[in-house]
Amino acid sequence: MSAFLEIEGLSAVLAGTGARLLRSVSLAVDTGEVRGLVGESGAGKSMIGKAVLGILPKAVRVAEGAIRLDGHDLLAMRPADRRRLIGSVAALIPQDPLTALNPSKRIGPQITDRLVDILGWGKADAQARALELLGEVHIEDPERVIGRYPHELSGGMRQRILIASAFAAEPRLIIADEPTTALDVTVQKQILKLIGEMQAHHGTALVFVTHDLGVVSKVCQSLSVLYAGKVVEDARVADFFAAPRHAYSRALLAATPKYTDPAASLQPVDPSVIEAVTAEVAVADREWIHGR
Amino acid sequence: MAGNGSATNAPGHLPLYQVRGLKVALPDLAAKPLFGPPPRIDILTGLDFDIEQGTALGIVGGSGSGKSTLGRALLRLIEPTGGTIRFAGTDITHLDETGLRPLRKRFHMIFQDPMSSLNPRRRVGAIIADPLHLHGFDRVRERVGEALDHVGLGRAFAARYPHELSGGQRQRVGIARAIALEPEFILADEIVSGLDVSSQAQVLNLLERLVAELGLTLAFISHDLSVIRRLCSEVMVLHRGQIVEHAPVGEVFAEPRAAYTRQLLDAIPLPDPDQPGW
Repeated sequence: MSAFLEIEGLSAVLAGTGARLLRSVSLAVDTGEVRGLVGESGAGKSMIGKAVLGILPKAVRVAEGAIRLDGHDLLAMRPADRRRLIGSVAALIPQDPLTALNPSKRIGPQITDRLVDILGWGKADAQARALELLGEVHIEDPERVIGRYPHELSGGMRQRILIASAFAAEPRLIIADEPTTALDVTVQKQILKLIGEMQAHHGTALVFVTHDLGVVSKVCQSLSVLYAGKVVEDARVADFFAAPRHAYSRALLAATPKYTDPAASLQPVDPSVIEAVTAEVAVADREWIHGR
Repeated sequence: MAGNGSATNAPGHLPLYQVRGLKVALPDLAAKPLFGPPPRIDILTGLDFDIEQGTALGIVGGSGSGKSTLGRALLRLIEPTGGTIRFAGTDITHLDETGLRPLRKRFHMIFQDPMSSLNPRRRVGAIIADPLHLHGFDRVRERVGEALDHVGLGRAFAARYPHELSGGQRQRVGIARAIALEPEFILADEIVSGLDVSSQAQVLNLLERLVAELGLTLAFISHDLSVIRRLCSEVMVLHRGQIVEHAPVGEVFAEPRAAYTRQLLDAIPLPDPDQPGW
């Protein structure tokens, strides 16, 4: 029994310098599961999502490891086959809805183009699907919104449209890359609830990239904590928030704002914790180089 | 320290800021017709409040609530369309730039994005020294060094460029530039929202210490009530250009009076899987 997405010992390096950006990352996400990827900036959490979707920057090269999507080893496939597979089963909800939508195109085609051009749907079917999806993401009056341009809509509305668009082709895996970071807290709450609702309804496997442990506790069932491209803790959400195992996880949790307990929140990460986890990464690197 | 609005009315006593009926309207460029002026939209619709000396006032609200506009009006980066703003007794509502110049060193601002508010082609030392020269301070080198010491960077950082620094360090440079002028009032506009949680905590601790040590009055704009709870003595909640609540921080968190404040608090995702309401 294998999970829908399995990443095993994935290492990515920066071409040229050979510096490791992902350090033997392993994780699995099953159908219907939401897994959080948490870490500070530069920890490699978005990089993992990009590796899965095959959209790593040109300067980054996968050095070893495997990414299995629905049992297919992505890295062993021909690029054209890989793209076809990823395109048909996976989708992305990006962070910034304003740059992710084409400003000069109406909303309707931005949802339907993929269905028509890549998946070969008929125009009328795609249009009907778009309207249905806009209803699902609780947009009132979808017929009107479909003819609008992105700049005419609020940030929350735009994020709803990207969610609709991600779910359009019934993907079995969605990568959500900080989808609510740019939003107000009240809007964020609505969008998080919406993502959870859509995910449960469609039974999608979801990878949720975020720096906010508060958000993780609301939408995820499991999480991977990353530091410098290495998974330092992999846990079920309930276990993690009850008792995080790794010292870095504990420090991250203590640094997270918590208005109900100001004394126990927003504590700076102790330098000794950073030293210890950096040393751990260095040991892993030596072993890695030694093993090659 | 948590002064309660206008409760302290001893004779001769003067709050640092007295704001009465403050209105700001800005041109709505999104709705500008091809010819003619754009229509104006009301951002702030009549605010009344005082900021007492030594207060750390948190200003919170959703996007578009007018919190940044309020901050800019307090520093007279924009001119109000109505009402009055008195700073240390002086009416600054419609003062021109010449009139404002001597006051400018008494209030200063720390910006949200340190990368775009620090000149990438100048060294940290020069960035902090510039406003000092502008306002005719003496012992500029020394003051720059002291400011860097205060924010915990150390004097060696004067020779670095902004791109060589981490996000948290850049934000410290922004703070050093503000405190070097020895201002009475500092406005911090979302200064930790772009930082990782660990640097966020460090910058907040630093700010807390400086407010106490230097006797600063602080207005701290944020969308994050948790951060305000940690740092501020008073909270003002803005919604659609109006103050819906203004009270000492303990009161607002224990018993929010406005429905909108309640809504804001409930929407904060705490790191707790069993938080009610989610």
